[in-house]
Amino acid sequence: MKIEIANGRVVDPKHGIDRVAPLFVAAGKIAAIGDAPPGWSPNRTIDATGLVVCPGLVDLSARLREPGFEYKATLESEMEAAVAGGVTSLACPPDTDPPLDEPGLVEMLKYRARSLNQAHVFPVGALTVGLRGLEITEMGELAEAGCVAFSQAEAPVTDTGVLLRAMQYAATFGHRVWLRPQDAHLAGGGVAHDGEVATRLGLAAIPPSAETIALATIFALVRETGVRVHLCRLSTGEGVAMVRAAKHDGLRVSCDVAAHHLHLCEIDIGWFDAQCRLIPPLRGTRDRAALRAGLADGTIDLVCSDHTPVDDDGKQLPFGEAEPGATGLELLLPLTLKWAAEDRVPLPAALARITSAPAAILGVGAGHLGIGAPADICIFDPGAHWRVVPEALRSQGKNTPFLGLEVPGKVRMTLVGGQVVYEG
Amino acid sequence: MALPDAEATLVALADRMRGAVAFDAKFVGMYSGGAWIAERLARTIDGDHPVGFIDASFYRDDFGSKGLKPEVKRTELPFEIEGATIVLVDDVLYTGRSVRAAINELFDYGRPARIELAVLVDRGGRELPIEPTYVGARLAVARDLSVVLSRAADGRLELTTEAAGA
Amino acid sequence: MRNPQLNAAGELTHLLTLEGLPAEVIVRILDTAVPFASIAERDVKKVPLLRGRSVFNLFFENSTRTRTTFEIAAKRLSADVINLNIGVSSTSKGETLLDTVDNLVAMNADMFVVRHSQSGAPHLIAAHLDRTGNGHVHVVNAGDGRHAHPTQGLLDLFTIRHYKKEFRRLTVAIVGDVLHSRVARSLIHGLTTLGVPEVRAIGPKTLLPTAVHALGVHVHHDMREGLKGCDVIVMLRLQSERMKGALLPSAGEYFKHYGLTAEKLAYAKPDAIVMHPGPMNRGIEIDSAVADGERSVILPQVTFGIAVRMAVMSMLAGG
Repeated sequence: MKIEIANGRVVDPKHGIDRVAPLFVAAGKIAAIGDAPPGWSPNRTIDATGLVVCPGLVDLSARLREPGFEYKATLESEMEAAVAGGVTSLACPPDTDPPLDEPGLVEMLKYRARSLNQAHVFPVGALTVGLRGLEITEMGELAEAGCVAFSQAEAPVTDTGVLLRAMQYAATFGHRVWLRPQDAHLAGGGVAHDGEVATRLGLAAIPPSAETIALATIFALVRETGVRVHLCRLSTGEGVAMVRAAKHDGLRVSCDVAAHHLHLCEIDIGWFDAQCRLIPPLRGTRDRAALRAGLADGTIDLVCSDHTPVDDDGKQLPFGEAEPGATGLELLLPLTLKWAAEDRVPLPAALARITSAPAAILGVGAGHLGIGAPADICIFDPGAHWRVVPEALRSQGKNTPFLGLEVPGKVRMTLVGGQVVYEG
Repeated sequence: MALPDAEATLVALADRMRGAVAFDAKFVGMYSGGAWIAERLARTIDGDHPVGFIDASFYRDDFGSKGLKPEVKRTELPFEIEGATIVLVDDVLYTGRSVRAAINELFDYGRPARIELAVLVDRGGRELPIEPTYVGARLAVARDLSVVLSRAADGRLELTTEAAGA
Repeated sequence: MRNPQLNAAGELTHLLTLEGLPAEVIVRILDTAVPFASIAERDVKKVPLLRGRSVFNLFFENSTRTRTTFEIAAKRLSADVINLNIGVSSTSKGETLLDTVDNLVAMNADMFVVRHSQSGAPHLIAAHLDRTGNGHVHVVNAGDGRHAHPTQGLLDLFTIRHYKKEFRRLTVAIVGDVLHSRVARSLIHGLTTLGVPEVRAIGPKTLLPTAVHALGVHVHHDMREGLKGCDVIVMLRLQSERMKGALLPSAGEYFKHYGLTAEKLAYAKPDAIVMHPGPMNRGIEIDSAVADGERSVILPQVTFGIAVRMAVMSMLAGG
């Protein structure tokens, strides 16, 4: 099927392209940008006047809730949400039920996802069996089944010895390890940032040192093992500074921030709004400023949605008992655009954070519009604003702290492998 | 219509009570106007007339619609109610609901032998079967007006009208 | 942020926390409690204000003391009182917290008195009632997690006003486990709202919240220093769990540094009053001699507690 996308502003951060030009798709791949291929005759022409044409977004963390949590959301609904949000490749964390520690589960998930013909799903395998932090998983088998990296999701590895050996093993075979920097003991039963809001509201608190001490431990283990580590969801200003210093010293680590942490802080909890019950917790205004600056200067490599659909029952509970997490696939683009507009970050640099940069961490050939690359494309209107209401979201998770707010950036069309999978 | 002079009316009320009221009757004044009048009556009428004060806010029937008024005062009854002759004293008798509330409150303190009612002014418009024993003056007042007793710094009492619900 | 406790006319519709309550509202509650206190001295200790209304005591955390005082207060207002002890977790029965609330509203509840181990539970219930068109049902927070115990805060304020008359010249010290104490948080909000110039928190670092200064208090780790010139001393209860969580080594060492004895009391003003929300751990946070001594107003606190709760309930139920 030959498709011509005409008159759009083509932005491909990886190849430094940012101009109004036609984009040509043939046989599921990018055929050309600018000049039509010889003998070109399109089956379909899409008029992208006033719209941005960019690589399909790559989301490093989206919970699809299968297997095990189908009452919260299903693969069908969440994959629809992904393409509605312009996301064409996503990685899902291993904290399903059962966790992704068996090749069979991974294969099943990949098979189910493939049959839906929407976004590409890259499962992240469990680093330890059952995510219990004691025995390492069969990383070889899991990688063969399709796992792109290994992680503990939110489950801690309290035994540093086990963490060291898991990292050594992964390093042996060149597997990547994704880790949440959070010290389990310091975090304790905490549900909010150890600051003014938790003090006033009487909420069990997580001090910033839970993140910084974990970062220090991880850095030391990386130096020792040489494993490639990606740090998931930074939340503190001190953490950003530590990563900046470590990178400056030549340590090979990457890190990300969840889109909602760019915009919210502890004060948004208000009177115990469980939509703000998140992991990591929303921190102070200075932390938020540091995260934004870190993303702008490249200390933080990318933004992810950390998409976590939670049903109403899970949120209509006292703050400390509520299930943490926010829906996010359909807000990844708008929240990134909002940050970029507010902090005057040029569009290509902003889009890099949700296309080429996450693709590089995944180690897959996604997130760009190079000639011959799969035609995974997102076409969006940067000037359109829309209100975040439950009806506007395709995800079964309507749990978002941004309910009722207007956000910029409306996806008009999403293509995967040259097929239109979403038209808005 | 012209309001009567409060001081003169008080003299008239005391005259009617003198000789009729029991020697050991206890005066219970309803805040605030009734309280002022009770004090004045006790001074001018011979006999053993201790004075107490009652705020019947907790017994009113309009709590559901109007709530508690901001300044509820303490009911102070420094004598036995049980078996006593009580003269309940109020400034303006209108619907009779305030008096009903005060009587209910008195009964929570004990069982009096009898209760008489002394009012400075009876403006009619009763909504309950309550009649005063002693009256200073009778008035006819339009429904949209309230009759209010006030006390000056020197103790002089004065009757005025104001818009109802003010 | 709109205050969820006040309706559009600025009247109190729920009592969830003293934080953010205007001073006039707090003072009105204290003033209203005065005549209610005198009712306790009559033979007939009832007034008919809440006759026909149903007050449900929803206690998700056990507390016979607090529940009893609310029950007495509601009955003295002639309300019908229903006690529900839901135990540690309603979800253990499979029914969610809000489902339980909906069922009780359907049984014509007029008021919920809620105690819960989680901070924010009463706020959740009040928001749910307002959102589902049941704004006529009022919520009184009888203690939620570490967050607030507003009626305790009010009765503490009432007690202080009773003995000290003026708030604006006082130095008040709160001693003990402020970190875990909803009583402390409520009292601190009330004191700062009413203009108390100096509120002190005295305790070891492990028992004080990191951002305690955000509450508007001065911190002292030395109790004798902290008690100098105090007019009011509020002793907080120390729970035995604190010794297990590596927060404190022993009750004995705690008493040595932070227990109120006559010797330490001497550092305060000669007419300082000693308060305690109860129940007391004699010999751990307070010496028996001081608890029973002439400066202690611990027993009057209990009486005032009933009057204050009657005032709160009648203000909520009226109008």
